[in-house]
Amino acid sequence: MTIIGMTGDEAVAHAAKQSKVDIVAAYPITPQTIIVERFSKYVADGEVHTGYVCVESEHSALSACIGSSLTGARVFTATSSQGLALMHEMMYIASGLRCPIVMGVANRALSAPINIHGDHSDMMGSRDSGWVQIYVENAQEAYDWTIQAFRIAEDKDVQLPVSVNLDGFIITHCMEGVDVLGGNVIAEFLKTRKPLFKLDPEKPVTVGALCFTDYYFEFKRQQVEAFSHVQGVLDRVAKEFKGVSGRSYSAIETYGMEDAEAAVLCLGSTAGTAREVAHTLRAQGKKVGIVKIWLYRPFPVDEVKAALKNVKALAVFDKSISFGAQYGAVCSDVVSALHTVDKRPRIFNVIFGLGGRDIKPSDIEHVFNEALETTKTGAVKQETLFLGVRE
Amino acid sequence: MVVLKELPTEELFASGHRLCAGCGEGIINRMTMKALRGPTVIIAATGCNEVASTIYPYTSWKLPWAHIAFENAAAVASGVVEAYKAMARRGVKQGHIDVVAMAGDGGTYDIGIQALSGAMERGHDFLYICVDNEAYMNTGIQRSGSTPHGADTTTSPAGSVIPGKPEWKKDLIGICAAHGIEYAATASPAYWNDYMTKVRKGIEVNGPAVIDVLSPCPLGWRHESARSIEMVKLAVETRYFPIYEFERGKYKLNLNVSKPKPAEEFLKAQGRFSHLFKPTYRKDVIDEIQQNVDANWNRILKLCAN
Repeated sequence: MTIIGMTGDEAVAHAAKQSKVDIVAAYPITPQTIIVERFSKYVADGEVHTGYVCVESEHSALSACIGSSLTGARVFTATSSQGLALMHEMMYIASGLRCPIVMGVANRALSAPINIHGDHSDMMGSRDSGWVQIYVENAQEAYDWTIQAFRIAEDKDVQLPVSVNLDGFIITHCMEGVDVLGGNVIAEFLKTRKPLFKLDPEKPVTVGALCFTDYYFEFKRQQVEAFSHVQGVLDRVAKEFKGVSGRSYSAIETYGMEDAEAAVLCLGSTAGTAREVAHTLRAQGKKVGIVKIWLYRPFPVDEVKAALKNVKALAVFDKSISFGAQYGAVCSDVVSALHTVDKRPRIFNVIFGLGGRDIKPSDIEHVFNEALETTKTGAVKQETLFLGVRE
Repeated sequence: MVVLKELPTEELFASGHRLCAGCGEGIINRMTMKALRGPTVIIAATGCNEVASTIYPYTSWKLPWAHIAFENAAAVASGVVEAYKAMARRGVKQGHIDVVAMAGDGGTYDIGIQALSGAMERGHDFLYICVDNEAYMNTGIQRSGSTPHGADTTTSPAGSVIPGKPEWKKDLIGICAAHGIEYAATASPAYWNDYMTKVRKGIEVNGPAVIDVLSPCPLGWRHESARSIEMVKLAVETRYFPIYEFERGKYKLNLNVSKPKPAEEFLKAQGRFSHLFKPTYRKDVIDEIQQNVDANWNRILKLCAN
């Protein structure tokens, strides 16, 4: 065991380095910048064979990544917020051309008004772009998932890009102890990428052809098929990863759900605070629990259903707004996953943390108490609770 | 210098593509393919060329070819070039692969200029060919930064008040030269030898090279399909489109036009300028274009004299 103190950004950079990526094409943006700064230093110091393409925009970053990926190379990039928004067009193409690129996303609010702090508006805005989406709770998870992401992305049954999402500043800039694996362990775990096709003069292929009404739909259906393989591959990869790291991962993680009547469902760093609060409340005899989503796309419907089967009241946390919709993105997914279940919890949506607004243990305790109240009354007081906002 | 007898007979750009009759792009593609040095990957921007040559499940390309989007051919090519280099450092055994990016004037002068500028500044080793037909022809003839002054397009229509595009064509070669790249040139498929020599030169340069090749468009320029090559020859003979190159900091005129035909001959041969002749003869606009042609020629002569 080698524990190194590093920020979430550093952990991602370190994981990408150990994953022996061939290309990093990226553009700096707060709070992701540390990732590309660290990586450029690895290149400058000759620690990696990687080609670092220091492009002039995020649009070109992902464009260059797609070109690199099509040659059969292992490719990594990272961005945040406005940068991710600028990549939006290319995200669909990366997925449609089945490029297994791994991208670290330092989640940050979207302008306007401009704000550099963490929320999930950026990735939620691209949630239908055909990327596998993983949200991490801390620097250790950022490191572990970045490594596993390459295996999932490059699996022959998947061949899809993967984003590893870490909360801006809370994870990206917070120094934590990270258990780092040996380079040879990771090399053995990942092996080299084996592309199904590539730009090879020996065996020419045409990539990115024009597909009209007669073929386009079939290509999209194939992407859906690839998404259906993700969870199986993830479980297999996670099992192997446990073998080398001792750490267990899957689509979701639960705490206290074996007997919880009131629960909180959330993504990312919030789960850490929520777990701590749940721990205290459980010590007081309150039946509360949490469901943390690691794998947000594809949405782990069966796991979420199973985890919530005995819950009477559920608060779903959304760190972004879906303007004009009934719920935030995560809550919509949960409601949709549960709509075929006969015995389902009363659900309310908690919109919180926008633009980096702090979420305190007392805030989460308040939500748990609301949920506990609902278990008794059977009624939801407020369908959408804007937590921590001045109104 | 390319020798006709020595050109490869192999066709890497297959017939059966769906470009219009008389389209310059098909001719340019074929010439480009015959001027390649060895194993090559083509990166294409969205445009007529991609739309007409790769309608799934068919392709006209017998070499690796990839289209990603409209504005990013130079960025994609950057990634391709660097990936081959990185994989070689990792120990992958693969001979040298040349990379050629092809885009239209929309994808180069306008929406793709940032990606091209970035790639030139970073110095990736690839040849970028702008197949310049002077408007967004694929989407039905809208003006671009390359469309000449006075041309009638669907977004710079000749009206009763405004006689076609008010602005002038951008100086693409000047922009490329300002990046300090080793090689940039203009070309016309009417002078196949000049164009193909430049393609080979651009590939051989160790770093980014750009060629702006004028491509006749019977649909957008509105001339008979059979007269395409005549149009791009006339463009040179009138000094409307000077053929020159920028190599290692030096400009050189490749085709001297000592007795130029009046620009009017180039204009009146094409429907996109017909409003300058009928119903009223717009001497003012035609004179303005002639003056601009003269000024541009003199500017280039001066650059070449240094």
